Amino acid sequence: MKKYIDILINGLIKENPVFVLVLGMCPTLATTSSAINGLSMGLATCFVLICSNLVISLIKNITPDKVHIPVYICIIATFVTVLQMLLAAYVPEVNASLGIFIPLIVVNCIILGRAESFASKHGPIESIFDGIGIGLGFAFALTLLGGCREFLGTGKIFDLTVFPEDFGALMFVLPPGAFITLGFLTAIVNKIRGVKN
Amino acid sequence: MEKLSNSLLNMTVVLTATAIVTGGLLAFVNDVTKEPIAEVNKQATTDGIVKVMGGNPNIKTDADTIENNGNTFVVYNVTDDKGNALGNAVESSTMGFGGELKVLTGFDAEGNILGYTILGHAETPGLGAKATDWFQKGGKGDIIGKNPAKNNLMVSKDEKDGKKGEVDAITASTITSRAFLKTVNEAYEASAKSAPATDCNTQPTVAAADSVNANVEEAK
Repeated sequence: MKKYIDILINGLIKENPVFVLVLGMCPTLATTSSAINGLSMGLATCFVLICSNLVISLIKNITPDKVHIPVYICIIATFVTVLQMLLAAYVPEVNASLGIFIPLIVVNCIILGRAESFASKHGPIESIFDGIGIGLGFAFALTLLGGCREFLGTGKIFDLTVFPEDFGALMFVLPPGAFITLGFLTAIVNKIRGVKN
Repeated sequence: MEKLSNSLLNMTVVLTATAIVTGGLLAFVNDVTKEPIAEVNKQATTDGIVKVMGGNPNIKTDADTIENNGNTFVVYNVTDDKGNALGNAVESSTMGFGGELKVLTGFDAEGNILGYTILGHAETPGLGAKATDWFQKGGKGDIIGKNPAKNNLMVSKDEKDGKKGEVDAITASTITSRAFLKTVNEAYEASAKSAPATDCNTQPTVAAADSVNANVEEAK
């Protein structure tokens, strides 16, 4: 059991996809204009990651090496499309607010990266835990980043007003703010982790 | 278990099998979600018409398709339950910043804007996506009550015929704002072309659309 907890913690903190591995930067920078957008994007990615990790770890031995990338991409794209159809049918609000970023999960390098570096070498249960860990780590990072940007830019967190919008620095909701916030958060996380260069 | 070797046969079989399984799964999910998605979209249209026509839930609509300048518009001639014409709700779309921007705009008989709602968009969350509230009554770019024939519905930094635009663009989303106002202006033209509601059948370009006849009472 300890092994699984370790895998989970590893994904959440030690190998946090955003702050440590610096993977999946496109959706990270693009969707985190508010905390709720970051959270929904993180959870959507988490779902796809768990499913694809599970399936890929199950079929890893029957996939010849030379065609493993097309097979993985095919599986990932299927899960993303399934997710998009389910969102459109049952939670149209989320689908409307994330719009174009859902199909882009297909090319999110976290998912293919974990398929390559973890799921294709480990068993199904470890792979599920890795999916949960990395997925939650991604969702956590995106929510944190979105929360900071929303707070600094508009004075709100999860749409709850902390200070009036007029005092917000709009720049933080715009793309440059994403880079600045990400840089500072990465520095803070690295400080906490005790990384020295 | 040994990993399968890279023989041509193995690769072909595995790729084909993957394609068949994933294709089958997608077809299945599509089949399951087709109905709810259509339902959600239809409900959004019905709710949208009620919203943009002043909020009266007891309305009847009659859908027409109008073609103008190569674009197609769906015009709903709206009447209340006593048969009084309320005006037109027009579904129009254009290219926004991130993709298709689909807007439903309500006009009264004089062409004043009663309300609008955004049916679908792919604008940036937090920026262009603000268009859902920005142009509403009390919003910073309020267009409610304006008439596209009398007011110059453009963003304030643009001008047409020497007249400055009267609408404040969404901060940092001028492209979305321009697209939105363009499609509202086009919707107005389509609405004017379809009016008066009674003799719309004489219009040569009017084609029979999928008649919604959305009685909102039923939907509830």
